[in-house]
Amino acid sequence: MTPLPSHLLRMEDLSVWFDDPARPAVDRVSLSVDAGRTLALVGESGSGKSLTAMSVLDLLPDGAGRRAAAIELDGDNVLDWPAKRRRALRGGRIGTIFQEPLTALNPLHRVERQIGEAMQLHQGLGRAAIRQRCLNLLEQVELPATEDMLKRYPHQLSGGQRQRVMIAMALANDPALLIADEPTTALDVTIQETILDLLRRLQRERNLGILLISHDLGLVARYADDVAVMHQGRIVETGATARVLEQPEHDYTRHLLAAEPAGHPRPLTAEAPTLLDAQGLSVHFKGPRRGWFGRAAPLAAVDDLSLTLRRGETLGVVGESGSGKSTLALALLRLIPAAGTVTLLDQPLDRLSGAALRPWRRHMQVVFQDPFGSLNPRLSVGRAVDEGLRVHHKTLDAAQRAERTRALLEEVGLPADAAERYPHEFSGGQRQRIAIARALIVEPELLILDEPTSALDRSVQAQVLDLLKTLQARHGLSYLFISHDLKVVRAISHRLLVMRHGQVVEHGDTEQVFRDPRQAYTRRLIDAAYNRTVTAGGGEKQAVAH
Amino acid sequence: MGSGNPIWRRQWRAFRRNRRGFWSLGLFLVLFVLSLGAEFVANDKPVMVQHQGDLYFPVFKTYPETTFGGLFETEANYRDPYVAELIEDDGWMLWPPIRYSHDTINYELTVPAPAPPSAENWLGTDDQGRDVLARLIYGFRLSVLFGLILTVTSSLIGIAVGAVQGYYGGWLDLGGQRFVEIWSSMPILYLIIVISSFVVPGFWTLLLIMLLFSWMTLVDLVRAEFLRCRNLEYVRAAQAMGVRTPVILFRHMLPNAMVATLTYLPFVLNASVILLTSLDFIGFGLPPGSPSLGELLGQGKANLHAPWLGLSAFVTLAVMLSLLVFAGEAIRDAFDPRKYNDAAA
Repeated sequence: MTPLPSHLLRMEDLSVWFDDPARPAVDRVSLSVDAGRTLALVGESGSGKSLTAMSVLDLLPDGAGRRAAAIELDGDNVLDWPAKRRRALRGGRIGTIFQEPLTALNPLHRVERQIGEAMQLHQGLGRAAIRQRCLNLLEQVELPATEDMLKRYPHQLSGGQRQRVMIAMALANDPALLIADEPTTALDVTIQETILDLLRRLQRERNLGILLISHDLGLVARYADDVAVMHQGRIVETGATARVLEQPEHDYTRHLLAAEPAGHPRPLTAEAPTLLDAQGLSVHFKGPRRGWFGRAAPLAAVDDLSLTLRRGETLGVVGESGSGKSTLALALLRLIPAAGTVTLLDQPLDRLSGAALRPWRRHMQVVFQDPFGSLNPRLSVGRAVDEGLRVHHKTLDAAQRAERTRALLEEVGLPADAAERYPHEFSGGQRQRIAIARALIVEPELLILDEPTSALDRSVQAQVLDLLKTLQARHGLSYLFISHDLKVVRAISHRLLVMRHGQVVEHGDTEQVFRDPRQAYTRRLIDAAYNRTVTAGGGEKQAVAH
Repeated sequence: MGSGNPIWRRQWRAFRRNRRGFWSLGLFLVLFVLSLGAEFVANDKPVMVQHQGDLYFPVFKTYPETTFGGLFETEANYRDPYVAELIEDDGWMLWPPIRYSHDTINYELTVPAPAPPSAENWLGTDDQGRDVLARLIYGFRLSVLFGLILTVTSSLIGIAVGAVQGYYGGWLDLGGQRFVEIWSSMPILYLIIVISSFVVPGFWTLLLIMLLFSWMTLVDLVRAEFLRCRNLEYVRAAQAMGVRTPVILFRHMLPNAMVATLTYLPFVLNASVILLTSLDFIGFGLPPGSPSLGELLGQGKANLHAPWLGLSAFVTLAVMLSLLVFAGEAIRDAFDPRKYNDAAA
């Protein structure tokens, strides 16, 4: 690599703060991006990655203060520019791709308008010219370059297609720099890869500089030339990707690398009895109507699915979004109507309803994904956790309830005063511990975990997984572990169930499936998850080969 | 405000920050509390009488004239110079600042009614010789009380209906929505006119008739909130725990749905007051003789040569409604979920 006379983007001593300049959220960050190269900014949530990138674009949240020695674009300090000229950078010289394509696209605009708007604003092109350019861009992002595509609304596109439209929007004015803020985090693993390959191809063709923001080290290892590791608003380590990931110098980088989920479930005793048995489980939703008076064809979200689970066992359920994983959880919990039989502890639950079902709910509890939506913001933690005791152990008095709640909160690793505090005072990982405590307070035999770690940072994920394993060993719990993250599933599950379109396409012993997947679909999922495995300094396992 | 819950505390702080709204609510509450004690502010009976060593409280109790050595068994008329003389011969009377009640007729007017403002009647009298200021004070109380009762009852019904529709969804929801649409398209003003042409409506009957049509304001709002909350994970978790439906509705969903609802209440109160006033104005409201702002406005229109009638009623209404709107704005800001999300982030 020959060093360029000046960097495409150079930031020097950038600080961003909210209330108090003495406690900055971004602390004297300096970095540079060169044309044709990708700099990855990695770190956990709250480390200031996005703030750093957005301050280039003047897109900081209200109330944030910014100070920098220089923010240079092609050697020209943009801080000296008038606001109007700086504004012209957005969507002009600098293109941006956001994480969530569904909210980043205006739901009322067609694809043509989404892409064309920036061109109209920056270049003042006419209609015909814009249309021609749009078709051209669609072709570049590998979407069908047809009139039909231009006329679609965002909801008529798949997640991957939406992300491609966003990339086309970002490219509309031939930017020199692309800021990609977690561009694939919201996508399924198999689609992530195609989007990143597309970005790489475009980078080569256009000599783009890319500032890639990500928490996913596997992805960074594969697609970035240089890495800057951010921790609590500071860049703690920076350098060429291979060097940083293989010989990390800073403790925090090592900590990040070690946080990749690893390990295996504890072995199961052979004679463990069956706890849960579901046969022929089906859930149908109303499909789209045909015409005004046509009957709606039923849509099978879960289609004739059977599974069994033994005491102390973890069954991993994997599949892409829309494969029916979460619907399966709700059906097993009998929260939505479903056909088929569900037998728990030799009691057929499918024939019970209402009051007769209530005592059985104690044996089967659930933990959801979203650590923010899964707790009532208006109830104190103690009050949220002891709800199960109020329902199932009516004889306990307030002091006994408080005592049990306190003991359980302590067991899941929360501070002693947690019961009196409110959910917003806790971090994502802590909230997930609260949700686990809420489920465990009634001493269930089965815990259904619906993406319990998906919204958490890698290092926090590892802690929650450890907690789940410890609890399992101590209380003999069975888990139904739903996740799209195969690495996490592998670290905890005895057996694996692969779902697609509501059906089981493959099931078996976890290691067996990982070593020798029988279905092409399973293989694709595994490849996507493991191809980009990082070899950590300690020498963790390399990717599973094809 | 709920001392423990941090969300309430945050909202209370946000409310305090809107100074105009905060002071408006404060001023309104002061006026309202004062008007609740209207009998001590404007009355044709003294608050306290001392006569021959005994204490009497005419505000609370009716005393015959004979108590004070008069001739008649009927209630003493303390404004009568004869009675006043009897009492003050051997004692004293403590009068409220305004010596007229809402229905006291000033028989000593030197000009024909409506009389202009004077030292005796600070805002003049209406066309039946009654003190305008006294009627305003009683009218304010009546309007606000009527509005409050109507707001509270119609909100309770509206929230209950909306909650049930939103939580259960399906046909119950669809049917309920269509019923609300049809019911709310009834021309309420004309219905009340028709009804009051064969019954003379009192305070409570009028309230009931209005309630029949005013409970729908909040239904849509609460319904939408419950539809949203129904799929939240903590509601799902409570269902999986086996918590009973009413408990889920009240503990987990209602407090969160109430945010959007509380925002509307000051405006619902405003609308109730305006509706009552307009009915009184056209003469189909409260029974004749009631102290009512609408009736005073009507008099102002009928007696354009006596501008103090219309002006007094107008200023009172304008101040009351403005205070409520300002307070309502502050409450809306305090509960704005976007603002409070920002604060949480």
